[in-house]
Amino acid sequence: MSSTATAEAHGHDAHGHHEEQNFFLKYFWSTDHKIIGMQYLFTGMFMALVGGFAVYVFRMQLAFPGMSVPGYGRVTATDYNALVTTHGSVMIFWVAMPVLIAALGNYLIPLMIGCDDMVFPRLNRLSYQLFLISVIILFASFMVQGGGFGGAWTAYPPLAAKAEYNLTPLGAPLWLLAVVFEFAAFLLGGINFVTTVMNSRAPGMKMFDVPMVVWMIIIASILFMASVGPLVAGAVMLLFDQTLHTGFFDPNKGGDPILWQHLFWFFGHPEVYVVLLPAMGIVAEVITTFARKKLFAYKTVLYTATGTGVLGFFVWAHHQFIAGIDPRMANIFSVTTLLISIPVAEMIFVYIATLYGGSIRLQTPMLWALAFIAEFLVGGVTGIFLGASGADIYFHDTYFVLAHFHYTFFPIAFIAVFAAMTYWFPKMFGRYMNEAWGKVHFWGTIIPFNFIFIPLFLLGARGDHRRIYDYTHFPDLMKPGMQDLRVLATLSLVTLLAFQGVFLVNFFYSMFFGKKAEANPWKANTLEWLAPSPPPHGNFPGGLPNVYRGPYEFSHPDRQDDYWPQHVEGNQS
Amino acid sequence: MIDKYVESASTFSGDIDHLILLVTGIVGFWWLLAEAVFFYLIIKYTAQEGVRAKYIAGEDAKEKRWVSIPHYATLVFDVFIIVSAIRVWQDVKQTMPQADATVRIIAQQWAWTFVHPGADGKLDTADDIRLVDELHVEKGKTYHFELQSRDVLHSFSVPVFRLKQDVIPGRTVRGWFKPTMTGGFDIQCTEICGIGHGLMPARILIHTPEDHAAWLLSQTPATAALTTPTEQTGGMR
Repeated sequence: MSSTATAEAHGHDAHGHHEEQNFFLKYFWSTDHKIIGMQYLFTGMFMALVGGFAVYVFRMQLAFPGMSVPGYGRVTATDYNALVTTHGSVMIFWVAMPVLIAALGNYLIPLMIGCDDMVFPRLNRLSYQLFLISVIILFASFMVQGGGFGGAWTAYPPLAAKAEYNLTPLGAPLWLLAVVFEFAAFLLGGINFVTTVMNSRAPGMKMFDVPMVVWMIIIASILFMASVGPLVAGAVMLLFDQTLHTGFFDPNKGGDPILWQHLFWFFGHPEVYVVLLPAMGIVAEVITTFARKKLFAYKTVLYTATGTGVLGFFVWAHHQFIAGIDPRMANIFSVTTLLISIPVAEMIFVYIATLYGGSIRLQTPMLWALAFIAEFLVGGVTGIFLGASGADIYFHDTYFVLAHFHYTFFPIAFIAVFAAMTYWFPKMFGRYMNEAWGKVHFWGTIIPFNFIFIPLFLLGARGDHRRIYDYTHFPDLMKPGMQDLRVLATLSLVTLLAFQGVFLVNFFYSMFFGKKAEANPWKANTLEWLAPSPPPHGNFPGGLPNVYRGPYEFSHPDRQDDYWPQHVEGNQS
Repeated sequence: MIDKYVESASTFSGDIDHLILLVTGIVGFWWLLAEAVFFYLIIKYTAQEGVRAKYIAGEDAKEKRWVSIPHYATLVFDVFIIVSAIRVWQDVKQTMPQADATVRIIAQQWAWTFVHPGADGKLDTADDIRLVDELHVEKGKTYHFELQSRDVLHSFSVPVFRLKQDVIPGRTVRGWFKPTMTGGFDIQCTEICGIGHGLMPARILIHTPEDHAAWLLSQTPATAALTTPTEQTGGMR
């Protein structure tokens, strides 16, 4: 337990004679899981602005080719490739991963399982520090001669491997190094999460009493740790190819460029589920609380999440149907890919079933959680087109693919995260966010979101292929109406980005001036709501809680209150 | 559905369009149903004063039917889609019908070189016709293609054929197509290949047999010799 490692820091029960840490030690050298969670959260939010700026610039170029983009200037082909690469890698590795896994995992796991900190607090601190180094290296890669890496976030060699092809002799290796550091950071985090949940659950908390979001983060961490090994090996090989001119992926030296694709997607596809599952967990917490309903078929959700995770290891080559692999392989991967729709769909069915008979309150966190289900469904069903190998021949590397995975990733990395931020904000900062502005932000995000990606589905179906900085060279892609769709998508994007300003103002204003929140503002059952808002160092000043029941005992017929916190003594229901 | 916007110009483009239509029908139906149930439940069960939520664990088989029936339905429709998809895939990618002619397609940063067999119908002979960014074929003939790359990954995509195949340095990737209509259409590179990726447009020109014969005649050794240096300098870049 952490109490031995940081005994001197645990002043929560020793009133008065506890020395206040200075600002730097408290916020930058902390081993407190809540501070580390917030470090990840704020870094992730900052990186989301970076990724958002990149997409703003290159979407403007697509809508108005050759224009001088306000705040950036003219976009060259080199800039365009670098911006696309930055947007993709930042949003996945430096936004979705740190916010969904690291920020929420760190902040929530000890609070929700009723312990005072992570099992390895110093490993936890190291994890964030490695992550910060990865951010600094990434920024360095933008500044060096030749500019940032422009070979797309998938970094396929030989383009990624040789400076003579990608023309970024320093940007490419630095980008790769940043990715390697980022992986190392999350490996440390994952070890910590799994060990903590296995060892530090509150007395009485059985495995099936663990809240769904914690389960999901654990399954995701295991998936991440099991899949990242091959990619780290591949990344080191690619780094050698770049810097020492080895030939792992160079056909002229007996290497094979396709090998990288296998290593990358063996990680890359489970990665989708690594971020999906925590988002699903958030939604489970929010919809049960705001529908005042017990989660429908808790164990089914758990089994389907595990099934998704396991099956997720056997679908990677659907990214490579037309990559020149043996065409017979497409048949196998088509089968596994379509089969994975079953557990994922089942999770969605369970959530919809949970709403049945509820008493649904449409407050901001609930709006986000419901929007996740509605929008993710679109991303899910459009995936079937791409898993069907015959149809993928046409859709591969078009905007149809892009729109499909943005309908999964945007709900995961933003819609579910907004649900989480609005839901746990009173716990994190002891104050409420403004509800009216929260709804303005909600509609100002959801409506433009659909108006970005529906046009992109249509463009993809009409043949627009990806990562082209100017379509005017392709007569068949300049047919009447196609440029209008590109302009519509771009203007919707600008609108969506503008409305994020509403969120940022609401977030930071409420942090200091919002209405004060009590310990359990939503009348929820899980243990974090027992701790004061915000929780002090050590989390539970009244002593660590005991657990008597599962996390979703809402509207139990034997009780007058419509909720029944896990820590309240009484019959096991 | 797709052919409303993008012409359908090969023997298998119609099959792929049908497959897409089939998938659209199936997932469209289930998607609409799921969204309809979802929004219905939200409206029906919005919180009302004095109405308490139901307590349902969803653990016994009777309750679980709401999830298990859609579960089996998903499985059945998945199998249906898989079978249809694989049939199309095998036709396009796993079979090679007898060829009338073979073309060699060489990709590089950032141009396509198309090597057409000359009048003798064979590659690697003196009358080969090498053209940059222009592929000439004849309607109704079956072509095999050999894809090669001089540097990085590229992808050979002809949207009107619904055909796409990555090009890999160090090996030759083969495939086939049979054009069914005449006209000029885009060839695109669909795998990011460096800063000129957006500048790799090429055209495929599908001729009638008469036009094709005339084109072949126009590419006399004299004119072919003129085009060769263009290709050569292209290769040196």
